[in-house]
Amino acid sequence: MPDSLILLALIGLPFAASVAAGLLPTHARNAAAALAGGVAVACLILVWAAYPTISAGGVLRTEIAWLPALGLNLSLRIDGFAWLFAGLVTGIGALVVLYARYYMAEEDPVPRFFAFLLAFMGAMLGVVTSGNLILLAFFWELTSLFSFLLIGYWHHAATARDGARMALTITATGGLALFAGVLVLGHIVGSYDLDVVLAAGDQVRAHPLYLVALLLILLGALTKSAQFPFHFWLPHAMAAPTPVSAYLHSATLVKAGVFLMARLWPVLGGTDAWFLIVGSAGLLTMLLGAYIAIFQTDLKGLLAYSTISHLGLITLLLGLNSELALVAAIFHIMNHAAFKASLFMAAGIIDHETGTRDIRRLSGLNRSMPFTARLALVAAAAMAGVPLLNGFISKEMFFAEALTAESPLGLLNILPFAAMLGSAFSVAYSLRFIHGAFFGPEPRDLPRQPHEPANWMRLPVELLVLTCIMVGVLPAATVGPFLAHGVQSVLGHDAPYYSLAVWHGFNLPLLMSVIALGGGVLLYLLLQRHLRRGLDRPPLIGRLEGQRIFERTMVFLSWRLARRAEALAGTRRLQPMLRLIVGAAFLAGGTAAWLRGFGPGNLPASPVDPVLALVWIGGGACAIGAAIMAKYHRLAALILIGATGLALVVTFVWFSAPDLALTQLTVEVVTTVLLLLGLRWLPKRADTPDGVGLEVLSRTRRLRDLGLAVAAGSGLAALSYAVMTRVPPELLAQDFLQRGYTEGGGTNVVNVILVDFRAFDTLGEIFVVAAVALTAYALLRRFRPAPDSVEVPEQQAHADGATAGAVVTGRGEVRDGADWLLVPFTLTRLIFPVMLVTAVFLLLRGHDMPGGGFSAGMVVAIAIILQYMIGGTDWTEERLRLRPQLWVGMGLLIAACTALAALFFGRPFLTTYFAYAELPLIGRVPTASALIFDIGIFMLVVGATLLMLVALAHQSVRGHRAVPRPVEPTEAPVPLVTARTR
Amino acid sequence: MELVVSLAIGVLTGSGVWLLLRSRTFQVIIGLSLLSYAVNLFIFSTGGLRTGAAAILEKGQEGSLAQFADPLPQALVLTAIVIGFATTALLLVVLLAARGLTGTDHVDGRERDR
Repeated sequence: MPDSLILLALIGLPFAASVAAGLLPTHARNAAAALAGGVAVACLILVWAAYPTISAGGVLRTEIAWLPALGLNLSLRIDGFAWLFAGLVTGIGALVVLYARYYMAEEDPVPRFFAFLLAFMGAMLGVVTSGNLILLAFFWELTSLFSFLLIGYWHHAATARDGARMALTITATGGLALFAGVLVLGHIVGSYDLDVVLAAGDQVRAHPLYLVALLLILLGALTKSAQFPFHFWLPHAMAAPTPVSAYLHSATLVKAGVFLMARLWPVLGGTDAWFLIVGSAGLLTMLLGAYIAIFQTDLKGLLAYSTISHLGLITLLLGLNSELALVAAIFHIMNHAAFKASLFMAAGIIDHETGTRDIRRLSGLNRSMPFTARLALVAAAAMAGVPLLNGFISKEMFFAEALTAESPLGLLNILPFAAMLGSAFSVAYSLRFIHGAFFGPEPRDLPRQPHEPANWMRLPVELLVLTCIMVGVLPAATVGPFLAHGVQSVLGHDAPYYSLAVWHGFNLPLLMSVIALGGGVLLYLLLQRHLRRGLDRPPLIGRLEGQRIFERTMVFLSWRLARRAEALAGTRRLQPMLRLIVGAAFLAGGTAAWLRGFGPGNLPASPVDPVLALVWIGGGACAIGAAIMAKYHRLAALILIGATGLALVVTFVWFSAPDLALTQLTVEVVTTVLLLLGLRWLPKRADTPDGVGLEVLSRTRRLRDLGLAVAAGSGLAALSYAVMTRVPPELLAQDFLQRGYTEGGGTNVVNVILVDFRAFDTLGEIFVVAAVALTAYALLRRFRPAPDSVEVPEQQAHADGATAGAVVTGRGEVRDGADWLLVPFTLTRLIFPVMLVTAVFLLLRGHDMPGGGFSAGMVVAIAIILQYMIGGTDWTEERLRLRPQLWVGMGLLIAACTALAALFFGRPFLTTYFAYAELPLIGRVPTASALIFDIGIFMLVVGATLLMLVALAHQSVRGHRAVPRPVEPTEAPVPLVTARTR
Repeated sequence: MELVVSLAIGVLTGSGVWLLLRSRTFQVIIGLSLLSYAVNLFIFSTGGLRTGAAAILEKGQEGSLAQFADPLPQALVLTAIVIGFATTALLLVVLLAARGLTGTDHVDGRERDR
């Protein structure tokens, strides 16, 4: 099988299967387990398929370009060390799947569990096979994410949620640090490729940024491997289902940290800083974890702290900067995975068959489940380091290293003693695990009657324990070659001489082993009285809890600090925020102008034309008038800004921009109608004559706002004057003008820019318009007016009384059918087809003459809204069946399809094709695909505008119930109109 | 002419900002409309004020800035007009809904405590 296929399948299979498992029915336990098991075994076979290359000392590599410009490629590689880990991840993964099939209850949504597990397996395989540092960090974060989902699988339990959150917070924060560290490392080396980085050890260690990179990467590795002081998340992760604990805390998640440290050992290791940080963290963790483990009352809690302690041991070995210690570390990684997975599974069996994991309640299970008891006994003995089991051999190597380690500091004399102490603790908690659960009197009042588990559930434990024994008895024949390849690939050269034998003769490490074993037994006997008291907390350091510090920090960050920051800098009121924004904008513009120098440009000003000056005297007066009137005379303000808008239209025409004038004019009409429709729902506000005596506070506020407004206005005026008196830079305009016809096929360059050169912008814009229209429509569907706006307005009520014979129709309209607004009514009916033809005209000629989809769409919308205004809703809707949503959808579809069509012809997205076609009657018409695009814009604008206008207009004719407002016990207004909701 | 247009921009901006800082929702909408007039005119004016420049190319012609008005600010402003219309409409509907829910047309959704 080719290398690339093996590697890609190894990563791809678990993720694909994860998606497939997620799609299974909720209770398809067997199907999901079969799928997961099949995939795990397939991955294991793939790993085996890679072995011939590995055993020949080779490396499997594959690389797919991802973001080559950033040095980020999907590059995967398996060397001996990665191969070891891939074997652990897939092998133990397959066993865990089998175990989980029997452990998980039928009521649980098991497919989801396996989906998470498979995704986690994929992420973990990604970590170990990444050939690129950034890719590694990516998969690293994925493992954090999926472990969060796995730990929180039973999310109905608060402990699971808290544990998952804590694990995610700690490991993902570490992952972030790792990412930063990897970036620094890549910066030092000049490449993110792992092969390059591994070869650049001397360069990295000599670099001034070495310490930064080291600290950041270690922060990632130590958090992941639950090293002191970040160890506390691991025991809380025990709220996960036991198969998850068996998987995450034996072979995978926590091992990712030590994997990374071993992987980068030749690059980052070998310095005093490495020794101090890694070594001391490992030493402390080993002792602390083992000590706390002795006093745990929960079987899984005991195993959790023991895991912390063993990871500490591995970390310590990695920190010793000795190649033999590295051998011991890698060997112990494998041994620990085997015995810890089997112990977790055994604990899970006990939990599953008895209903409790509390050592204080369990006892004498040896009688009811003898076979499980024997298996657990062997596994625990391996954990304690009893001879002829795998844990013994790596422990011997550890002792030997502890005796010979060299370091510039004289502190190492304590290392052999610390090693013995840790080992003795380990013996003690192993004894507690076995003695507490399986020996002693017959258990009483257990939740369930204990019995042996299903054979298939025990099979994974049996296989793992068998491995422990095989490796323990015949180490060189079983794991020898694998270990050799692993070590060799980490070091990059041949491994130092080491002996994998059970018996090395009577030597100092053996003596230490004997002392540790004896000391552990003695310690356990001495602690009997204390342990019987059943306290859940270790003596001496019970109060030292990283968890409490973590929680305090979280509370501080997410609650107190946030509240204080909000109180300090936040406001719930709009006006101060807007004031700040305007002020900041003014300051930003002013500072820039002040720093860069400011003044009028050198272009001579063109002569003032009295007509346009007059237009703007009117326009400016209208703007100021609108500002004054907007509070008490809304209609007047609306008319005034309409006049200002007209001044703007005139200006556009004046300065050679017919397209803008056309669009502005049509938009002006629609906006005004829209605002008019809105006026109906605003509260009455009368300008009280005694409002002259404004309060002092209010007056100063107004003065301040006036100051801001004047400052902003004069600032922008000065700025625009300075801009206008300079020669505009020839940036793109020249280019567009040159290519508008020759390449874009249109003489109206503005339109060519919109539908061709910058059509992507336009495409985005019409999506915005569509989104706005749908949002407005959705908001109005649930619209409830304020109570004081529900009644028919005074004017309509008067009209009702004044017009003789008029009837209030069922929809609140005053019409008497015969001569109501007869002249305008006839006129609008006549003008309607004319307007439609105008719109088509504007649309078709848009590419060459002023016009285009926007203005044509607006014209159609105006034509229809005119019918509504004059003819009334009923009359119009009887005759005109509008489907604005359909128009919006069709418009988007047409525009998007035109854009995509270019791809079918092998051109980039949105490429325009154009030609001129002779049509009968109409003449030469540009049949550029841009025209179809413009038709899409046109339909969308029609649909969106009508959707909003009609939805708003319908509010006046539909029945409303006022929002009940308990504060004001006013009479419920009687709806004058019958309820008819659209 | 430049002076007239820049003064117009200034007046529009001033009135717009003043209204933007008022407390009633309708004032804010009108203010935003005025402000968008000002900004559109400003963007448009960055292409230079050209009276009588041709806006439409001859067929087959490669245009140049010497004869033609700058099309780029025009295209930008055209987009801005349409987007401005959409946001004004959305703001109006949101404010109406807020008025229905809170019973007041104050921008904060409640009258200021006196």
